[in-house]
Amino acid sequence: MTQPLLNIENLHVTFSTRRGPVEAVRGVSLSLAEGETLGIVGESGSGKSVTGFAVTRLLESAGRISAGRITFRDREITKMTSAGLREMHGSAMAMIFQNPRGALNPIRAIGQQIADAIMAHRKISADDARGEALELLRAVKIRDPEKRMAAYPHELSGGMCQRVMIAMAISSNPALLIADEPTTGLDVTTQKVVMDLLAQIAADRGMATILITHDLGLSARYCRRVVVMEQGRLVEEAEALTLFHSPQHPYTKRLVAASPTATSRVEDLVTGDENLLAALPAAPLPTPPHGTPPLLEVRDLVKRFDDGTVGLKTFSMVLAAGESVGLVGESGSGKSTTSRMICRLLDQSEGSINFNGESISHIPARDFHRAPQRKDIQIVFQDPNDSLNPRFTAFDCIAHPLMRLAGMRNGDALRARVRECAHRVGLPADLLERFPHQLSGGQKARIGIARAIACRPRLLVLDEPTAALDVSVQAVVLQLLDKLRREDGLAFLFVSHDLNVVRMMCQRTIVLRNGEIVEQGESHALFDNPQTDYTRELVDAVPNIELIEAAVAG
Amino acid sequence: MKLASTAKRAARRFASSLPALFGVLVFTFLLMRVLPGDPAVFFASGPNAGKEEIETIRKQMGLDKPVPQQLVLYLYDVGRGNLGRSLMTGQNVTKDLKERLPASLELTFSALLIALVSAIPLGILAALRPGSLIDHGVRLFCALGVCVPTFVSGLLLIYVFYYLLGIAPDPTGRVDIFMTLPPSHTGFLLIDFLIAGDFEGWWAAFKQLILPACTMALFVIAPLARITRASMLASLGSDFVRTARSVGLSWWRIVVTYALRNAILPVITIAGIVFSTMLGANVLVEKVFSWPGVASYALDALLSSDYAPVQGFVLLMAFVFVIVNLVVDVLYGIADPRISIG
Repeated sequence: MTQPLLNIENLHVTFSTRRGPVEAVRGVSLSLAEGETLGIVGESGSGKSVTGFAVTRLLESAGRISAGRITFRDREITKMTSAGLREMHGSAMAMIFQNPRGALNPIRAIGQQIADAIMAHRKISADDARGEALELLRAVKIRDPEKRMAAYPHELSGGMCQRVMIAMAISSNPALLIADEPTTGLDVTTQKVVMDLLAQIAADRGMATILITHDLGLSARYCRRVVVMEQGRLVEEAEALTLFHSPQHPYTKRLVAASPTATSRVEDLVTGDENLLAALPAAPLPTPPHGTPPLLEVRDLVKRFDDGTVGLKTFSMVLAAGESVGLVGESGSGKSTTSRMICRLLDQSEGSINFNGESISHIPARDFHRAPQRKDIQIVFQDPNDSLNPRFTAFDCIAHPLMRLAGMRNGDALRARVRECAHRVGLPADLLERFPHQLSGGQKARIGIARAIACRPRLLVLDEPTAALDVSVQAVVLQLLDKLRREDGLAFLFVSHDLNVVRMMCQRTIVLRNGEIVEQGESHALFDNPQTDYTRELVDAVPNIELIEAAVAG
Repeated sequence: MKLASTAKRAARRFASSLPALFGVLVFTFLLMRVLPGDPAVFFASGPNAGKEEIETIRKQMGLDKPVPQQLVLYLYDVGRGNLGRSLMTGQNVTKDLKERLPASLELTFSALLIALVSAIPLGILAALRPGSLIDHGVRLFCALGVCVPTFVSGLLLIYVFYYLLGIAPDPTGRVDIFMTLPPSHTGFLLIDFLIAGDFEGWWAAFKQLILPACTMALFVIAPLARITRASMLASLGSDFVRTARSVGLSWWRIVVTYALRNAILPVITIAGIVFSTMLGANVLVEKVFSWPGVASYALDALLSSDYAPVQGFVLLMAFVFVIVNLVVDVLYGIADPRISIG
């Protein structure tokens, strides 16, 4: 058998923190052959990215390899000097990072940055390097590469920036490419384009790739072999499809169950005792008595911004009490603008919004906090970290709307109500005195939900409520939301770019593009049989395991 | 295109600061009238100054008219470029300021240059090895620079370099009084001597300048070095520097081209603020070194209730502040391509 390209033996990485050393990677061993594609899958804190950074020796200064050996071809990376590493970076192995725009120098033209990378390893003139940079831009399929050479990262979209990053990474023909969450934060369609490009380039040039991701579907689609990491350890290693069909390790089993697919139901996301929905009967939608107005009726909503751009061309929708409607689309499609106008955080330019038969669109967003409808329409924000006041304890966060909107005074009644809310979202009562930075992401998400339901609203606008969460946490939060909806008859306006989540959570779905509705209808029908090319493109871009199987079988 | 947009932005900025300048003008005028002290009494004071004499001076100066009328007259004069006459020197304020401003500017520019040339490398060194001996050393040096008042550090420097070592010339003004001055082109002695080709004179002026400039620089090294260190740390820890390392760029390219060029942006802002502050606040240094600058001129005028020079000085400072902000703005636009949008 030939020598592997990369060999990791019993790798340990330790970070020195204020509370003493923390071991982020605890004994990882794996090997990679030339030209192979390997997926490393895990949730945040699993050590997957740290493993990638250890291989390239790009760990931040607090982290160091405390034990183990990494060999690349015949050279031992763990013992290399900084000069040796500099030589190896880019020419032998290169990395692609999450957040492509941040990974590029904001004040240097992208062509120049690629040329810098080329000249770091070869003695060629600046003009020749620029010529090669142009060729690379062409290779990563950037339109108008001549013009783009002089562009700065802020002038390009996230997907474009990631292509530039790929161009930089492959500029000196490395044998190994490590992609660390390369498409997190990009739209599904952009994700597909970038990942296809990456896979094709790696195949054409015979590069081995390691894809580090939290997305099981993505790793299954693009990697032959997948390893699963949990808390710094490798728990399972298998061929991608085997891993999904017969996961062996309990953690992998939980992870596979929690990852939403085209056919999963919200009831099945969580296995075992933690399942919130097992005992709950699926609530039949209460049929309102004839003649009651719909809970929310939006007609011909338009938003033009001050600089002349149109955020929303036209939008109409009806939402019944207790109904759940999904709003999907790529970034820039107007879905956030729409949801913000509906919850009256943003003024519309034209159009009307009726809530429970009464117009709320005439109330300026600035004054809506005084309107009686404020407590009926509540919002769960995307980022559980930034949407909580860092100086408020969990108790204060939940109590604040009760005091402001429900007029409750500080006292036993308030305390009882906050406890009840915390209990309903599954937040242990002893955590109520903690500040946000002392809580985990999932706990913060629960506070965000508890705060939103504290005043017993009738409509909950959820703006990507689980985008920042790990899949296993997302599974629990989604179940929680569904349970609350069924119990209280809440209506949901669910804004998300994750089609699988929307399909599970929403009865109806509206697809937005460039500020216009392109398609809407019953979720399953819409996704199974899209009527427009755009929706089909969106659906196809989702890395679903079923589709991969079909492709393999065919 | 880029140049045109920068120029346009600068022009817009300048236009928008005109109301502020006008406000400064009116405010200083009123403030001077409110302050205690009557210039007429001050200048008439003598053993035999009678009431009538004071009244005559008052009338001469136009102080007998009501304040609003005085203000209108003053504004009319300023509009014609006449800042009034100084009672102290007996000259036109415009002429006085014109004579003294180059001295202050030369001193401040040199001090800023010294400060930048030492603060930026110190900040970079500290940022490259945070927590190391160098970092602590820089911090100590900066703390000392800020803690010691300029008149103390100035006197210390004079004591060491003039009195003990005898290297520096006596600290009185810009040049030796016996020195022949070069023909004035810019008012900056170092430049004028160079134009005249008089290197001996240049050296003499340089020796006079270096101590006060160092004194001022010591005081402002701290903010500049601290901001350089902080923004350099942020820059070195940023994602794009990690990218630069991941493709194997050389140390120099990473630190200078990638990290420093990004880190320099906040330093430009702070340098602009520091410059404007120094120009007005270096009165202590000017006093210690008998430097014939605008700040000590304004202080003398203020102490003798001489209205016109003080008003003229404040207006000049406000104007310099506006110009410096403009320059910072333009520099920023050149250094950061992201600015030009919007």
